[in-house]
Amino acid sequence: MVLGLSSKKDKIDGLAESAGVSLAASAWKRLRRSPVFLTGAVIIGLFFVLSLLSPWLAPQDPSVPMLIDQVVKARNEIPPPQPGHPLGGDLQGRDFFSRLLVGSQQTLVVGVGATLIGLTGGLVLGTLAGALGGWVDSIVMRIVDVMLSLPSLLLAFSIAAMFARPSQFTVILAVAIVQIPVFARLLRGSMLAQRHSDHVLAATALGVKKGAIVFRHMLPNSLSPVIVQSTLVLATAIIEAAALSFLGLGNPDDRLPEWGQMLGDVQNVFDTHPHLAAWPAICIIIVALGFTLMGETLREALDPKNRR
Amino acid sequence: MLRYTIRRLAQLVGVVLVLSMLLFAWLRLLPGGPVSALLGERATPESREALTKQLGLDQPIFVQYFKFLGRAATGDFGVSTGVQPGDSALDIFLQRFPATIELSFFAILIAIAVGVPLGYLAAKRRGGWFDNLSVIGSLIGVAVPVFFLAYLLKDVASSALGLPSQGRQDAIDATRVTGFFTLDGLITGEFDATLNALEHLILPAIALATIPFAVIFRITRAAVLDVLDEDFVRTAESKGLTAPVIRRRHVLRNAMLPVVTTIGLQTGALLSGAVLTEKVFSFAGVGQALAIGFERRDYPVLLLLIIMATIVYVVVNLLVDLSYALIDPRIRTR
Amino acid sequence: MALLEVRDLTVVFQRKGEEPFRAVDGVSFDVEPGQTVGLVGESGCGKSVTSLAIMGLLPKRGTKITGTVSYDGTDLLKLSDREMRDRRGRDLGMVFQDPLSSLNPVVPIGLQVTEVLERHRGMARKEAMIEAKELLDKVGIPDPNRRLKEYPHQLSGGMRQRALIAIALACRPKLLIADEPTTALDVTIQAQILSLMKELVQDLGTALVMITHDLGVVAGLCDEVNVLYGGKVVEKAMRHELFAEPRHPYTHGLLASIPRLDAATHSKLTPIKGSVADNIPWSQGCAFAPRCPNALDVCVRVTPPEEDQLGRLLRCHNPVVPGTPAAEEVRA
Repeated sequence: MVLGLSSKKDKIDGLAESAGVSLAASAWKRLRRSPVFLTGAVIIGLFFVLSLLSPWLAPQDPSVPMLIDQVVKARNEIPPPQPGHPLGGDLQGRDFFSRLLVGSQQTLVVGVGATLIGLTGGLVLGTLAGALGGWVDSIVMRIVDVMLSLPSLLLAFSIAAMFARPSQFTVILAVAIVQIPVFARLLRGSMLAQRHSDHVLAATALGVKKGAIVFRHMLPNSLSPVIVQSTLVLATAIIEAAALSFLGLGNPDDRLPEWGQMLGDVQNVFDTHPHLAAWPAICIIIVALGFTLMGETLREALDPKNRR
Repeated sequence: MLRYTIRRLAQLVGVVLVLSMLLFAWLRLLPGGPVSALLGERATPESREALTKQLGLDQPIFVQYFKFLGRAATGDFGVSTGVQPGDSALDIFLQRFPATIELSFFAILIAIAVGVPLGYLAAKRRGGWFDNLSVIGSLIGVAVPVFFLAYLLKDVASSALGLPSQGRQDAIDATRVTGFFTLDGLITGEFDATLNALEHLILPAIALATIPFAVIFRITRAAVLDVLDEDFVRTAESKGLTAPVIRRRHVLRNAMLPVVTTIGLQTGALLSGAVLTEKVFSFAGVGQALAIGFERRDYPVLLLLIIMATIVYVVVNLLVDLSYALIDPRIRTR
Repeated sequence: MALLEVRDLTVVFQRKGEEPFRAVDGVSFDVEPGQTVGLVGESGCGKSVTSLAIMGLLPKRGTKITGTVSYDGTDLLKLSDREMRDRRGRDLGMVFQDPLSSLNPVVPIGLQVTEVLERHRGMARKEAMIEAKELLDKVGIPDPNRRLKEYPHQLSGGMRQRALIAIALACRPKLLIADEPTTALDVTIQAQILSLMKELVQDLGTALVMITHDLGVVAGLCDEVNVLYGGKVVEKAMRHELFAEPRHPYTHGLLASIPRLDAATHSKLTPIKGSVADNIPWSQGCAFAPRCPNALDVCVRVTPPEEDQLGRLLRCHNPVVPGTPAAEEVRA
């Protein structure tokens, strides 16, 4: 019995076909000249540098409520911009600018963490299913199909709600688990296509061991669709983490800020202090756009259909 | 076709059973479990034990699951503990479902009405400034957190346009027939009620439409680009057909095939997005119930609503697949 | 006056950041009413681009077309988009290479025939359907009433090409352009389609421009033949003359590379060496020179002019002269 949505699966399998190391060189040649890809790469490069250096760049400690005396809860007042605090303070009297800067770090952690966990999970399941076939394949794919039958963001919400004590880690996990079936299907599709391809048959005929074939021949050839998907997941993970915070399913510990959390946590003061939401939102949009630009141009460049 | 439908429906039953089992297990295995959820952490041991017995929680979990299935068959999915405490979960779903359908319907309508023509134009002017601008616009559309956009619309657009930013309808005396507020007004002739409901729908529907719009736009653009390269479009040109006939009959009729599939998948984005959008606009639909349910850990309601969302998602995609077969003669007449 | 007069037709493709490419370079030929004229050459010689330029089907962006294409005295290249649209399908019909991809997969055959009748002959759908049935009948499609309701994928390759021919001839155009109409078909079907076209063209008095790489098609169908190489006509002759005595070394090579049943078993095939990639630009000499067995020093320095030589139009410094061993090789 095959479960779930055929169209969603077709879409993933379609991406899986765009495999091949030989493509990489010609793709890279085109990407280097693509202004869209370069824009994305510059944004992401800056984001990485910023998140690494932010603890030293931030003028203040982001977790110390140094302006607490300027917070008047009753009149809904927060510290205004002032010398040393270019964007003023947040609801707890902490320096907002420093929190924004340092927030890049946890945002990167969420994005990369979720992508890596999703990728690893998908890699294990997809490789098992694609390389071994048979009943392993059946079981793995049934699990994957059930997961794909749920709208993905709703699945992330549900998983996040399973944890009694939410934390940064549960947020990452919730976002990551949703991606596992996508990566698994992607890899399986690509492996399956290769199992019957000439180079794998040739390697088998030459007596190369199965493990060696999988790891030296099949996995590397499945890389390009996985890279594309990873880049796109980096963007969605950050956006979805914000949605989790917005629903109260995010990390309640805000000593180390994260953009999605900063955005989700200020929902009640959106009308009175819109800048508290606007700044993290703008940061999220720019970074998500950067990853998306890279992902989409990568996808286009690696698509064999576009090779001329 | 019939066999295919039956097979897919059987799959759906399988998915729902597996899913309900997982959700049920999750509910029972939670620290404290439903007893704490109902009584709070500080209940006396005696009252906890009484409730545990009363709910049958002292029995093995698979017995509990089958009892749950038995009750579910009669429409008893338990009682809400957080969304509308004391109400039956099924009532909450039935009450709110039309609201979300209405909202999603208008959202997908907006997404199609804007996304398809824009995608067509962008493809026709491939590489031009209009194409580049709309592609970048659609990418930004995907990058904006839905609830942030919803807040922007709520706080900025609602006052600028004089549109309501809360709820489904003002407290006007409207007769309820179907639960679809826009439709009720049309049926009973209370057109002011329909108008009022529409005004309440516009902003949340726009917010909800962004992601489906961006996706539909991009798929349309890609599909039209593919079709424009096809030989049969050149044949149509060689026949001297007028531009509108070529566009409609030869380009769009072919390009719409992948778009239809995408519309099915976008139901997922709509259901998830409704959770966020309905919360922002205090729009009393299933999404808002889910949002409150997640916040207050209202497990009976969450269990039912998540299962229902899955059923809707799978059924809509089944319908889309079937309609795909109807509009593509290559599948229909095989 | 000829029905179609193509004069100095030149098509230059100019893509951003790339060298302009002269796909068609000063091509001239005439088509008399009812006459069949062949455009022959390897892929990339500019024969398809010529046909698309005549039909006005080349993309506007990045394409520069010069010269004249006069049809019944009007220069088609000077017509507006709208006027050209009115003529396509009515005055000029076209049949394409791949019948499957040239038919719309999601529109029934019937509508694909009737839409052209509705457009140009102002027929109502019902009336057009009756006409369409007769058309399908005429092109030899059995059970036309059923076929009208079917979709392209339900028809065989030969049937599809017959349907395309019916569409192209629906409005009785005076000129039909066929771009490799048999290349995508099985050999047995090819012959059927060719004889159908020959028959129809004769019945309706339609002039036909036949574009092909297949000299067999030319032999069976064409009155006059233009051999194209590198975007230029290199030899123009009546069919019998061309086959009997090819003058241009390229034409000669094309004929010599066809296997012959009556040739002695030990005689070798003589393929043309090299490929189109070896071409030199026409501005520097003869494009065919690097592949030409007759090439002289002058060939890579001076562009051969198109001139009347040996009773036909030739573009060659050193044509194959009758009576020489090379010429006899083909005749044998």
